[in-house]
Amino acid sequence: MEEISALFSGFAVAMTPFNLLLMLVGVTLGVIIGVLPGLGGANGIAILLPLTFTMPPTSAIIMLSCIYWGALFGGAITSVLFNIPGEPWSVATTFDGYPMARNGKAGEALTAAFTSSFVGAFIAIVMITFLAPLVAKFALQFGPPEFFSVYLLTFCSFVGMNKGSPFKTISAMMLGFALAAVGMDTVTGQLRLTFGHAELMRGFDFLIAVIGLFGIGEILLSMEEGLAFQGAAAKIRGKVVLETWKQLPKYWATSIRSCLIGCWMGITPGGATPASFMAYGVAKRVSKNGEKFGTGQMEGIVAPETAAHAAGTSALLPMLSLGIPGSPTAAVLLGGLLIWGLQPGPLLFVEKPDFVWGLIASMYLGNLAGLFVVLTCVPLFASILRIPFSIIAPVIIVICAVGAYTVHNATFDVWLMLGFGVLGYVFKKLDYPMAPMVLALVLGDRAEDSFRQSMLISQGSLDVFFSNYLVGAITTFALLLLFWPLIGKLIGKKKAAA
Amino acid sequence: MSEHNKNTNTESVISVRAMEIITALLFIAVGLTVMVGSIKLGASWGSDGPEAGYFPFYVSLIIIVSSAITLYQAVIVSKNKKTESFVDKESFGQVMAVLLPAFVFILGVQLIGIYVSSAIYIAIFMVWLGKYPIWKAVAVAVGVSAALYFMFEYWFQVPLPHGSWINPLEFLGVQ
Repeated sequence: MEEISALFSGFAVAMTPFNLLLMLVGVTLGVIIGVLPGLGGANGIAILLPLTFTMPPTSAIIMLSCIYWGALFGGAITSVLFNIPGEPWSVATTFDGYPMARNGKAGEALTAAFTSSFVGAFIAIVMITFLAPLVAKFALQFGPPEFFSVYLLTFCSFVGMNKGSPFKTISAMMLGFALAAVGMDTVTGQLRLTFGHAELMRGFDFLIAVIGLFGIGEILLSMEEGLAFQGAAAKIRGKVVLETWKQLPKYWATSIRSCLIGCWMGITPGGATPASFMAYGVAKRVSKNGEKFGTGQMEGIVAPETAAHAAGTSALLPMLSLGIPGSPTAAVLLGGLLIWGLQPGPLLFVEKPDFVWGLIASMYLGNLAGLFVVLTCVPLFASILRIPFSIIAPVIIVICAVGAYTVHNATFDVWLMLGFGVLGYVFKKLDYPMAPMVLALVLGDRAEDSFRQSMLISQGSLDVFFSNYLVGAITTFALLLLFWPLIGKLIGKKKAAA
Repeated sequence: MSEHNKNTNTESVISVRAMEIITALLFIAVGLTVMVGSIKLGASWGSDGPEAGYFPFYVSLIIIVSSAITLYQAVIVSKNKKTESFVDKESFGQVMAVLLPAFVFILGVQLIGIYVSSAIYIAIFMVWLGKYPIWKAVAVAVGVSAALYFMFEYWFQVPLPHGSWINPLEFLGVQ
């Protein structure tokens, strides 16, 4: 009950006219970001971060989180109307969303997508409301070895859950750690790996990496494919919305199942993309109409959208309570918090309760604002996609350059952004995952600090990571996930032999 | 995104396998650079605990080992990828059509500031690749640059670069 009274005080913080206006602006900007090819939630927030420098911290983070909600909603518009997933987690939505739109049911498909997104996010926010303070309270007992083992678990999950080569995942992740090590060493104050270059003293900012990898890289890929938009007509009438809402309760089991999948994948850093695919796959297997999936089934939209939003939202739980972001976008939000001197983690709930509960309350309101904005403005957002790529592409590159420059007011960072863009293009084509690299870049310093502190405690012995039941269990679970690709293969071989 | 590299036409610029090998070798080079840097800093246990290069040293070691395995897989195991195209000539041309002007644009940002170079970049891109009439391209280009100025510099007071070599907008009072 303590949480409910804290939440109400959060609503009082979030519901000022200025903050409500920021929510609408944030959601609208977010949807535009989600709709535009090459601009996703993570780099969209990174680019718009400087706009919030002049705002009070709570207002700033409310606006940034609303951009996040908007971007989550925006991906569905392009998937349903244009068969182009604006975000990777919207790929599964195209399977049934686009066929529905082609059959003249674009309104129904979009309403189902937006409403499911809202439901997924809403359930995840309720979970955050009640679970995040508990996790934070529990984490207050953590020492450096426990924190390092949680970081280890986060990174090993990427290896265990990624379908591609585990060695590519490890290489990309370690590159992130190596880049994070460049610059001033926080413990000894020594300059590390700068090789005499003054520009490298600042280190590699993950915001620059995000803008380059996800923004420029995506533009290069889109350009290569010679993007031609062929969209279905989009209009959402009130009657269609009400009729779709009448049908949606039929899929309550799919919704709950997808929510659970999404929440789990969001808290562990599996992310929204695998969550949406997994929810779609499970729905296809379990549903009575499973064989019709892919031909325009509403259930095939409900499952991935609910799961993706539940995952996208749940990724904020470890970010707020432990200081460990569950997704690249949550990592950018974490970066935003750090800029205002707010240290995400267990202490944030004790030291800045107004801020934390204001943010959680804004999640409820932001999602509601998101649903309202997308349901009323779909034709407007769809028309953005009809702007030819030869106009959109240079404008996005210019916006990315502005975003990269404003992080440290340095032109060198704009060059770095271009470099990361090429890296992003190559990584995507060779199936090197980018999310673990970005998270390693964000968490590198903290993971290293807790590792070094743990080593100091144990005088260099790795036994410290098995010194009590808690840290031992987390480390063992992490190692299991790390070797999961190998264990999975062995199990598969044994089954095949039997 | 494996769907990007499934085409196996003859117009290939480079194969997936060759690109895998180059990338793995670059990773190993980065790993070695980090390793050398870490050893120079001190990668062992000092009098007051782990030295500054302790953590990066092990990171570099993992990069080298994992990339060596990727390299082995690319060279020995995935021989079938020899014929798969990483990028064909036409697509490569399209990518370069974005990348090279972007390079010149960033050089422009450094030398003559972001507003003028953005306008020139957008206009040239629209005329060259989009085949738009010059007046339309100029209108969009100037409009975007003006919007950037008002949004960042005027309303949110975030300064953007005006040019280290020359500030072409000095006559408009943009200092």
